[in-house]
Formats: sequence, C-alpha cells, structure tokens
Amino acid sequence: MEHIRLPKVDNVRLLDRVSPRKSRVGTLYLTATHTIFVENEAGVRNETWVLHSLVCSLEKQAATASGCSLLIHCKNFQVLNFVIPRERECHDVHLSLQRLSQPERPEELYCFSYKPNVDSEERRQEWDFLDLRADYRRMGLPNSLWKLSSVNQHYKVSDTYPADLFVPESATPPIIVGSSKFRSRGRFPTLSYYSKENHAAICRSSQPLSGFSARCLEDEQMLEAILRSNPRSDFMYVVDTRPKLNAIANRAAGKGYENEDNYSNIKFQFIGIENIHVMRNSQQKMMEVCELRSPSMSDFLEGLESSGWLKHIKAVLDAGIFIAKAVAEEGVSVLVHCSDGWDRTAQVCSVACVLLDPHYRTLRGLMILIEKDWISFGHKFSHRCNHLQGDPKEVSPVIDQFLECVWQLMEQFPCAFEFNARFLITIHSHIYSCQYGNFIGNNQRERIELGLREKTHSLWSYLWKNQADYINPLYRPDHSQTQGLLRPSTAPYCFKFWRALYNRFDRGMHPRQSVEDYLSAIREETQQLEEQLASHKQKIAQLEQEQEWSIPEKAVPFDKSPTGWTLCNDLANTPQDYTGGFFTSSPCQPKAPITLQTEESNKTSELNLSNGSDQESGIADVSCRSPLSEDSTRDPDSDEAAYSAS
Amino acid sequence: MEFSEHIKTANVEDVVLRQPLHPPGRGTLCITGHHLLFSDREEGSCRQVLLLLRNIDAIEKSVENLLTYSSLFSNAGLSQRLSGSSGTITIKCKDLRVFQLDIPGMEECLNIARSIETLSCLDIVSEMYPFFYRPSNASLRDQCGLSSPERHYSQMKELHDRWRLSTVNRDFSVCPSYPQAVIVPKSTDDDMLEKVAKFRQGGRFPVLCYYHKKNGMVIMRSSQPLMGANRKRCREDEQLLLAVIDGSDKGYIIDTRSSQQALQAQMTGGGFESKSCYSSWKRLQRQMERGKALQESLIKLVEACGDESNNMDRWLSKLENSKWLSHVQTALSTAGLVAECVERDGHSVLVHGSEGTDSTLLISTLAQLIMDPGCRTLEGFLTLLEREWIQAGHPFQKRCAHSAYSHARLQQESPVFLLLLDCVWQLWQQFPLALGFSETLLLRLSTEAYVSDYGTFLCNNQQERCALGVKENTHCLFQALLRPGERDCYSNPLYEHTELAIWPSVHPQSLHLWRGFFLRWTPQTHHLEEAQEEIRNMVIEWGKLALS
Repeated sequence: MEHIRLPKVDNVRLLDRVSPRKSRVGTLYLTATHTIFVENEAGVRNETWVLHSLVCSLEKQAATASGCSLLIHCKNFQVLNFVIPRERECHDVHLSLQRLSQPERPEELYCFSYKPNVDSEERRQEWDFLDLRADYRRMGLPNSLWKLSSVNQHYKVSDTYPADLFVPESATPPIIVGSSKFRSRGRFPTLSYYSKENHAAICRSSQPLSGFSARCLEDEQMLEAILRSNPRSDFMYVVDTRPKLNAIANRAAGKGYENEDNYSNIKFQFIGIENIHVMRNSQQKMMEVCELRSPSMSDFLEGLESSGWLKHIKAVLDAGIFIAKAVAEEGVSVLVHCSDGWDRTAQVCSVACVLLDPHYRTLRGLMILIEKDWISFGHKFSHRCNHLQGDPKEVSPVIDQFLECVWQLMEQFPCAFEFNARFLITIHSHIYSCQYGNFIGNNQRERIELGLREKTHSLWSYLWKNQADYINPLYRPDHSQTQGLLRPSTAPYCFKFWRALYNRFDRGMHPRQSVEDYLSAIREETQQLEEQLASHKQKIAQLEQEQEWSIPEKAVPFDKSPTGWTLCNDLANTPQDYTGGFFTSSPCQPKAPITLQTEESNKTSELNLSNGSDQESGIADVSCRSPLSEDSTRDPDSDEAAYSAS
Repeated sequence: MEFSEHIKTANVEDVVLRQPLHPPGRGTLCITGHHLLFSDREEGSCRQVLLLLRNIDAIEKSVENLLTYSSLFSNAGLSQRLSGSSGTITIKCKDLRVFQLDIPGMEECLNIARSIETLSCLDIVSEMYPFFYRPSNASLRDQCGLSSPERHYSQMKELHDRWRLSTVNRDFSVCPSYPQAVIVPKSTDDDMLEKVAKFRQGGRFPVLCYYHKKNGMVIMRSSQPLMGANRKRCREDEQLLLAVIDGSDKGYIIDTRSSQQALQAQMTGGGFESKSCYSSWKRLQRQMERGKALQESLIKLVEACGDESNNMDRWLSKLENSKWLSHVQTALSTAGLVAECVERDGHSVLVHGSEGTDSTLLISTLAQLIMDPGCRTLEGFLTLLEREWIQAGHPFQKRCAHSAYSHARLQQESPVFLLLLDCVWQLWQQFPLALGFSETLLLRLSTEAYVSDYGTFLCNNQQERCALGVKENTHCLFQALLRPGERDCYSNPLYEHTELAIWPSVHPQSLHLWRGFFLRWTPQTHHLEEAQEEIRNMVIEWGKLALS
C-alpha cells in the first residue's frame, strides 16, 4: 500500500480507442492489486478493472487543456487511455502504477495475496489435480526401453530441469552426468514424448558445447542410447530449431551443434525459428498495427506482413510438423534443441505433441502438455513474461506463439479439439496475470523455493471446475478429424490473424453472434432432452407394467418449447440503446446464456483480470462516419468557383 | 445441330483426368455441344465428371513428355499406345477449378482443344444450354421467377398512400434496362417520368427500391443525371426527387464515385445533382471501384491464391496488392452509410454512380440486407437478388462473360456480383444466426452467375430476356433452389429471425478472405465443410428431440 500515492482521482475520462470523441467520465481508484475505473453515470455502474500485474507499459503524455493523458498497455493486449484533469494527479498515478506493476520481490506478486475461499486440503487437491507421472504412465512409461531417472533429484545435474526425468534404459548416471557437462546449463537429452505404437520418441536438450571441434564420449553414448531405445529404427533426427547462421555463431562461443561425423546414425537438420529478440520485436510491430486507430485494409495487411509475425508462427508449426511426421510416419526418434532448450525447443516439442496425440487436444491434455513441456522443463516464465522488474531483453512472447499455433490448428480442424479458443485466451491471460502460482518462477527448483504449492493456487483446477465455458461444442472423440496425427496445411493462406486475442478488447471488431455459444446451448439442451426422454420412457414402461394401462403417446408431458430458449430470445430482441452514436453494433446478443461478456463481468468469480463490464458492445465505426460529420466528403459544388474559373 | 461442325473428335478413350480433391482417373472423354463428359473406367469406380463447356474460362494445351504420362499408370495394355504421341490440356474453370486432361494422340488432343475453345465462347444466347436443359422434375409451365414488380407493389400496402406503380416502361422504350413496371412517387405522372428518363443516363430515372417500414424512409436508385458541361437542369427530375422527401427536411444522395470522377463525368455529358438545384439533398461521395479495375483485382487475388511458393510475406503482399478486401471494405461501409442515413438519421437516400447498374445495385442490396429482416431469409434473399439484380438490369451477360483465368482481352467483364456475394458472406461471418441461407448458397450462386443450366442469369436485362423468351423456354434457378430437397442444403440451420438491423464491422481485422470461394478446391476447405455438417447434424438432432 505504501506505493499508492493517490488512491482516488475524480473526473477522469476513459477514451474510446476507436472513436476518441466517445469517452466516459468517472472515478479512478488505485488499490493494492487493481486499477479500477468507475463510470459516473446515473443508473449504470460500469466498472473497468485492470490487474496491476497485467500492466505492460505506461505512457504519460504532455498535459493539454483537457488534462493529462495516461496510456496503459496491458499484457493481455488491453489498451486504456485515461485523461486525468490535473498533471500532478496524473504524475502520481503514473508513478504509483509504475511501481505497482513492477514488483521487485516475488512475495509482492498477486498470487501471494490472492485468497479465494479454499482450505489447505482443497489447495493440496488443486495442486495434485495434474500429475505428470500419470501422463508418462499414459504413454506407457516406464517400460523396458525408458526408465525414470533420479539423477536430477535436488537439481544437482541441471538446476533448470525437473527432478523427475525419463532417460533410455541403457543411459547410466555417468553417461548422463557426462553428457550434461557437454550441454548448455547441463540440460542433457531427455524424453519429452514417447509413442507407444512405434516406440519413436521426442527428446529435448540444450545445445552441445561443441565449439569448433570438441567432442564428448558420454554425449555421443547418450544419443546412441536414445537411438537404441527405438529398436525398429536405425537412425534418429537431431533437429536444431535455430537458423543455421545463429548456430554457427554459437560455435565461436564454445557452443554450437552436433557434428554428424561424431555421432553415429544421426541426421542433422536446421529448422530456422528466430530467437526471442526477433519474436519480441515482431509482436510489438504487430500490436502497433492492431492499435492503429482506423487503418485501411492496405495499412493493416502491409503492417501485418512487415511485422513478420505470421511467418514466425508458420516456422514454429512447420517445425512441429516435421517432428510429428518423423515420429508418426517414419517411426524415427528425434532430439530437439535450440540454444538453452527452453524456448524454441518447448514450442516445437509441444506443437509436435498436439499434432501427434489426440489426448493433448483435450482440455486436460493441453493443461498437462503445458505443465510438462513448459513449466516442468523450465521455460523461464518469470523472465519471459516480465513478472518481476527485470531485464526487458529477456521478455519474449514464446508461449503466445505456442498458444497461437494451437489456435491456428483449431481453425483448420474445427472438430478436433475438445476446448475452444476462450480456453487458450484464458490461459494466456493467467500466464501473465500472476493470479495463480503455476507460471511463477523460471523452473521447478525456484517454484519449490518460493513455496508456491503451499502459498498460492493452481489455475488448472480453476479451469477444470469451469470447463463448461471452455468446451468446443463441435468436438466429438469419434470424429474422423479427431483421430491420430493431424496433417495441417502450412500454405501461407491457412494462417490467420488472431483477432480474438490481439484485438480482444475491441468488441466492435468481433462477430456479433456466436455460433459456438448457440451450439453449446443446443448441446446442453439435447442432453437434457435425451435424459428426460429416457426417464419418461422408463416411467411409461413402469406404469404400463404396474397398471397394465397404456398411455397414449400424446399424453407424455413434454415441454415442447425448449426451456431457457424462449427466455433468451426475449433477451436477444431487447432493443438496444443506439444513442451512443452512429453505427453502433448490432443488437444481436448470442442467444446462448454463456457469453464471454458474462464470464468477464462476473466479478464474484475470481476472474478479476480486467473487468469487461463495459456493456455497450458497439463502437462507432470510423469508416462509416455519420453522414453529418464534417469529414464525410466534400461536395464538388463547393469547388464550383475553381471549376468554372478553369 | 450446328454444334457438330465444331466437333472433330467427339470421343477419346484412355484419357487421364486430374482434378482437385480427387485422385487421377482414367477413362473416356466425350465432347458434346454443351458439355465435356468424362467417365472413369477404373475398376470399382464409375465416377463421372460433367462440365458445361461454358464453365471453361481458359484452356492451355501442351504436348507432354511421354515418360510422365506412362509413369503414372504402369498397368499393362498401355505399352502399345505409347507409340503414339500425346498431349495435355489444362482447363481452368469460371468456378476456379482447374482440370488437367492427358489425351493420347496428338491430333485428338488438338481437336478436343479446338472444340473446347470454340464452344466455350459461343455467345449466341438462344443456343446456350439453359434453352436445352429439361430436368424431369420441373415443367416449363411452372411460374417463372419468385416475384414481379407488380406483386412487390401490391404486397407493400403501406406504400400505396404516396407511391404508385408506373408502367411507363411497359415496352422498354423509356428505359431499356428497367423492368416493365417500377415504383415512383404518386405525384409524378408518366409524362414527367419520360422527361426525367431523358435526363438520366440510359433512361434510368430514380425509382424506389426499398421502403423502410419503421419510419417510412426509402432508398431510391438511378443513374447519373446528364447535366453535362453546361450544367443542364431538368425541372421534372428535381420535382421527382422533391416528391421523394415530401414532408421531410432533407435526403441524402450517395454517389459511388469520387468528386474527381463526378467532375470528369460532367465533362463528358454526365454529372451530379448540384446543390443549387437540389437544395434539400445532401450529396455524399464514396468512391467504389468498378469495371476493369475490379476484374483485375479478382484476377490478382486468384493468382495469389494459386501461388505455391509457400512464402508468407509474398502471400500477404499479394493479398494486399490485389485490393479485393479493400473493395469489400468499401462496399460494406458504403452500404452501412446508406443504412445509417435511413435507419438512424431517418432520411431517404438516393444511390447512384454513373450507369446505375453495378455499384449502385451492390450498395442498395447490401443496405437492404442490413436493415430489412425480410431480405435475410432464403426466399427473401433470392427475391432481393431477383429484384435488385435480374429485374433492375445488372448486365450479367457482359459482366460475367469471363472470370479470373481468361486470357481474352477484357471488355465489359466485372465481378460486381461476386463482390456482392463476398460482402454477404462477410455479413454471414459476423452474424452467423441472422441470415437464413448458407454459405453453400452463396457458392452456388457464384457459379450460376457465370455458367448455369438455368435461364435466370442469362442476358443483360428484362428486355433482352423478353425478346428471347427466356421466361418461356428456360427453367428458373431461384425456384429450383427452393424445392424441398435443395432447400435444406441452402438454408442456415442456425437461422433465427431478428427484427434488428445487422450493422457490419468494417475494420480490417473483421474482414476475411472468403476461403470457401477462393480456396474452394483446396483440401483444407474439406475440414471446414465437415464442421458445417456437424453443426447441421447437431441442430437436426436437437430439433428432433425438442419436437418429440
């Protein structure tokens, strides 16, 4: 609380991003965890909540007659533009927020102060909800080829790896330790995914410290052991996900890549995914395009192209496809690494898993995949997401790219995923929100030291409890799209811009009706009806038996108008307020009861990320200006003089 | 039949057909006066491909290397044929499909190619296939079309106070591209209309196309006034427009040209409504791309979609460079503007560009879809198309003579109708529950407008259709689409009536490439079709239970 210089400012204006002439006046409150803007309009209580940990950058602009403007960019891509009447106040708010949004010590993170009403037993269950060992068991491990190694207990071999690791049966501790000394940060080759069907495996590591000529017998033995754990195959792929040039540059620093001559039976392959710095800049450029006030189609497409973002997404997906095909179609094991083996390697291994295994396309499966390839293998969430005040050069949207790859796949295979895009977006928000302990710290060792299991809550069980919101109604476990390996196309035209994430808060851009919500409602109702039908049939049978009296079919007391349905219809047809300006959104509310909006405005639930109580879903459309506005177009009559003079 | 003189080789055996989404097949190729027929002779399958020759937009022939031909099918019985030469014909269709035919025998190949070249371009309307198409389940005595101006007028009782149906054009002498009956203000008599027609290009005087029941405002459309360089006036024209806004303080004229273009038009005899003569009308300009530029935009986009370089930057820059999505954006935002004027601002609107047969119709149609729930059902939409495109005289024959692949020199081709369908698809994306028809309908129409078994899209206007007896001698597409069997696949299972206007978002982020059309023949579309089928099944299952 000591960081709040000014807890309340009156007469603050919140500008509409798309049409700045439309703004809302209200009071701005700073709390220990949130910035809250409450609109002062009689009758409505419109609130906008922004979590401090989601604030990405703050920009105070020069004071003008109308006040001093404070621009807040959030990590969930929300942009808020406040105009604060007095410069002094703006200055105070700015300084307070700057401090509040950049905690210096882990204990200041929101997850340590977030206290839902849960006792310690429930909290333990929350954290036990996902069990990585169970996932390995599902893969059929341990077995005669792969064993659970205790070599990294107490994180002695690699402090960024988890304690439990699977290694080839023939890999002895000396081999592992030897190999780890030859790999950056001790991240020796270890198992990420194993295919029961054909014994092919995906392994991951960091780059070898090969320099120009160094060799390591144990490392060579380690790869040999991996190869031998796949009895049907006589070679394996080693995939370096970096561009070749970057890998070569690393050799000068005593690092580098495997020399095919030193390792028996490996096929070495560069894939060419750019590094975290390129990705950070790319996303920044794309967000600049997304935030343009009224871009033309050309501005938008040119900006999207020059950001390079979709090109990078394609590169990650291409790499995932290469690995998935090697495993599923060729039955060949793959070792994947980049430099440290916690960014690109995590992306590529997890994308390959999604392609390979239908389980990872379910709700629980995606959670466990993130837990496995990202959290346990030490993706540096604290650094990459900038949870604490730190080096801005360490920040990079690596996990965003993974989530986007999954989304791109969902767009190509609408029936293959059990979850919907809302699930991905919610995960994205909470990766950055610091509300749950899952994504705090850079590796397992740090998380244990912070005592996260004892002091914070787990996102996964929250998501599981609310799974109804995240189910894709088109998913059917027995659908042909659901089965086996996904074979997506990576033709450039298959990649779309992910509006629902990057322009998430620009409601006016989104479809005004949701097929998904409609179908979810239908699905739920179909289930209810089926149950009713079954129970009625049972009753009839019972009655017939008991009384030997047959009920005419018509008499079945069945509600023909689906309940809740008609109710929602009324709601959908409520005329909306159009006075907000020309060209506000359509009135059509999705008729299904669950909408993103209700989810967000449901403040009693713990989703306090950024409250979307902004009920006015419409936005003034710039390109369709009011016919009365001065800038419509000039009448050539006004040029009359000039014309007759010529 | 005189077609036979264009057919030297009617049948070829052992032809290999390669087409999108299917494995190659071997079989017999037949050419008839209107069709290309391929029947598969592979064991266990009897696939047939029947293609209207008119669907063929471009054809390329080349003498292929024999090795590639023989390596594909190494079955026995082939070796003896290898002694001859062979050729390959690539057929690019107006529905964007690309076929490849490997034809044994150089001469056969050239003959077939020549027949296709000639027969696909015959432009004598009365010899086109719709005049020969006789489906067993329909009779020519069935009523043609869904509605007529007379019926439209008589159904709109609320119009009758201030508007009348004029038959001044009963013999098409006042305006050759208008239907025989049009709706005009009651206070304007036919003599006046004749004078107004002389002041408007092509005789297209302002007529009513939409009446907004909520506030009694209307959308009118016309062609440009022929004021010319010496600023001619026409009192009757001014009076007619004054009668339109009778009782209201003003109206809006949406000119689909830029100020520059309007001024240029004035130099060449056309022009615009000047402020001084039409003081109660406020003119707004929205430049819409038209004619050749639009056709070129389509060609570029189709070319970009066929680019196999697998390079993201190149794709995005080609997509941008085609400008197609910009045209979609402009069309939707202009239509939004018209709807805004009528629904929000409560004023009547006159829409025109120069000829009033292209972008004018595009805008008036989209504006009606936005505002009028009646247009959003399957019947309503087809009736709207019939009224605003067929009867209102969009020159389909000229505009849809060729599509994106043609090498022919562009004349009057322009994919305005395709742009309309794309815009409607964008609406459907944004309001998936508000439109009563499916994407399948839009795709079907996108093909039918270019090539059809039906007479609906033949000719350029009603006058030409009357002269050729299109009504009496061909079948009506719209009626066919509404038959019980067909209807199911063209209706939207999620449709739910809403009285409210559907305001589209025109942000670049909200507009998408119409994959269903432009990438229709790629395998990726298949998964999306499966999803649509899944949706249909879910709704059907739910419907069954709810009714049981």
